[in-house]
Amino acid sequence: MQPFEYANPASVQEAVALLSPRWGQADVLAGGTDLISCMKEHLHTPKRVVNIKNIKELAGIQKTAGGLRIGALVTMDELANSADAKGEYKSLAEAAGGVPSPQIRHMGTVGGDLCQRPRCWYFRNGMGLLAMKDGKSLIPEGENRYHAIFGSGPAYFVSASSLGPALIALNAKVKLVGPKGPREVPVSAFFVAPKDEASREIALQPNEILTEILVPAGATHSATYEVRQKEALDWPLAAASVALTMKGATVGSARIVLGHVAATPWHAAAAEKLLVGKAINSANAEAAGKAAVGDAKPLSQNAYKVTLAKTAVKRALLDAVKKA
Amino acid sequence: MSSKKDPQLPAERKGRFSRRGFIRGVGIGGGALGAGLLEKEATAAPPAGGVVGPGAIPITLNINGKPVNVSVEPAVTLSDALRDYLDMTGSKRVCDRGTCGACTVIMNGKSVYSCTVLAIDAQGKNIETIEGLGGPDKMHPVSQAFWNNDAQQCGYCTPGFVMACKGFLDEHPNPSPEDVKHGLGGNLCRCGTYMGVRKAVLEAAAAMKGAKKNG
Repeated sequence: MQPFEYANPASVQEAVALLSPRWGQADVLAGGTDLISCMKEHLHTPKRVVNIKNIKELAGIQKTAGGLRIGALVTMDELANSADAKGEYKSLAEAAGGVPSPQIRHMGTVGGDLCQRPRCWYFRNGMGLLAMKDGKSLIPEGENRYHAIFGSGPAYFVSASSLGPALIALNAKVKLVGPKGPREVPVSAFFVAPKDEASREIALQPNEILTEILVPAGATHSATYEVRQKEALDWPLAAASVALTMKGATVGSARIVLGHVAATPWHAAAAEKLLVGKAINSANAEAAGKAAVGDAKPLSQNAYKVTLAKTAVKRALLDAVKKA
Repeated sequence: MSSKKDPQLPAERKGRFSRRGFIRGVGIGGGALGAGLLEKEATAAPPAGGVVGPGAIPITLNINGKPVNVSVEPAVTLSDALRDYLDMTGSKRVCDRGTCGACTVIMNGKSVYSCTVLAIDAQGKNIETIEGLGGPDKMHPVSQAFWNNDAQQCGYCTPGFVMACKGFLDEHPNPSPEDVKHGLGGNLCRCGTYMGVRKAVLEAAAAMKGAKKNG
C-alpha cells in the first residue's frame, strides 16, 4: 500500500470538501473490504483516504411512510438481520445475507457493496477496466469464464454488487451528495457500462459520497437467488432478484433483474412482460427464465452462465411466492 | 505488496522481546507490555475533520481489555500492527486480501479480517485476539474443543478459525449444524479440517453453556 493522508470527518459536508473533482486523488473508506485490497494491489493509490465511518447521519435503517431508508454505513450483516428488511424487502435481506463470509458481512457496508470495483481478473491484475490492447479488448478471446453474457462490449466485466439487482427490482434510488448538494439517482441509472478506460462503472462522481439508499414500498413478494460454486467464499456466478406485485393469485407487475452477468445489473424486461396476468408456477417460472436469457451472447468460455442465469430466475420466482 | 513497503520496525523494540518468549508469557501481560511498547505519548482518536499522516502517528488500541500505544502510518493494517509492531503473531497474515480468514480477530463483538482494517480505524474498539484466549494452562472452551476434535492440521489457519468460532458462538450460543456451516463461511483451511472444526464448534457451544450454568 502506498502511504496516504487519512481524514476523519464528522459530517457529510466535511467529507465532501476533503474529496477531489478528479479520480485517483482521494478515496472514500467505509468497511474497507474492497478499497484496502485495491490499495494493496496499487489499483487505487489515493493521496488521501477519507474515512466516513464516524459520520453518524450515514448509519441506521429507518422505516418511513413510503418505504425503507438505509444509511450507507449499514453493514451487510445489519441489513441481512433487519426485521424491517426481512419482511417486506425479503429479496434485499437475502442478497445481503448471501455474502458467504461473516467477516465480510460484519465489515462491508451497503454503500460499499454498490461502489465496489469489478472482480474481473484482467482489471485486478492491472490491465484496466476494459482490458484493452491495441484498441481491442483481450476478454472475448481470453479467459472469460466469469465474464459477461449480456451487452455488446467494450465492457465485459460483471458488476460485483450483491444488492444492485435487488435494489433495481425494488425500484430503489440512491442519494449522492457532492459540493453542489444532494441528488437522487435511480439505482438502475447508478450502474453504467463504461465505454472507455477513463470512465467508471458507477454514476458517482469523484467528489461525491453515496449517503443513503431509498427503497419504496409496493412489491408484495420478492426473492433473490444466487448460484455459487459449491459453498465457495466467492461472488456468485449468476444471480436473479425478483419483485412482484401480486393481484390475488396472478402477477400484477413484475421486476426481474439479473446479477453477475453483465457490466451492470441486467434488467430482464422480456421475462417481466411474459408473467403479467399469470400465476407463478413451475412452468411459468421456467418460461420467464428462458425469456430472461433470450438475448444472451455468451463469450468463448461462459455459455454455462446462461443456464445458471435462467435457473436463478426460475428459482427466485418460485421462492418469492413460496409460503414461509 | 504491502509487505515490501512495511516500515522499519521500531528500533527500541528489537531484541527486547522474542516472539516465542512473548507467546509463552501468556500474551498480553499488561505491565511488561505497557512499558515496552510505549513509544510516544498516546493521543486519542484523530481530531474529527483533521487530516493526519502519511507519516506515523501515535494511536491507542484496546487489545484484550488493555490499552496499547503504538505509532503507525495510516496505511498500516490492524493485522500488520499486531504482528509487526506489537509482536502479537497469533493472528496470521496469509492472503492479506480479506479472503482466507487466518487474520481474524473480534472487534466490538464481531469477527473481522484484521488485514482489511486500518489500525488507525481500530481505535476506540474492543479488539480480541487469539492471545487473549489463554494458553495451555487455562484453555478457552473453543481452543479446547479444537484440541479435542483434531480441528487443526498444519495449524496455520487455526488462530483465525478459533477467533471466528468464538465470535460466532458469542452471537449464536445454541447453533444448529446448518448455522455452523453458514457462520464459519469466512475461513479457509487448505488441510481440509472443516469436519473437525464443525464438531469442535458444537462441542464448544455445549461446554460454554455448561460454563455459564456453573458460573
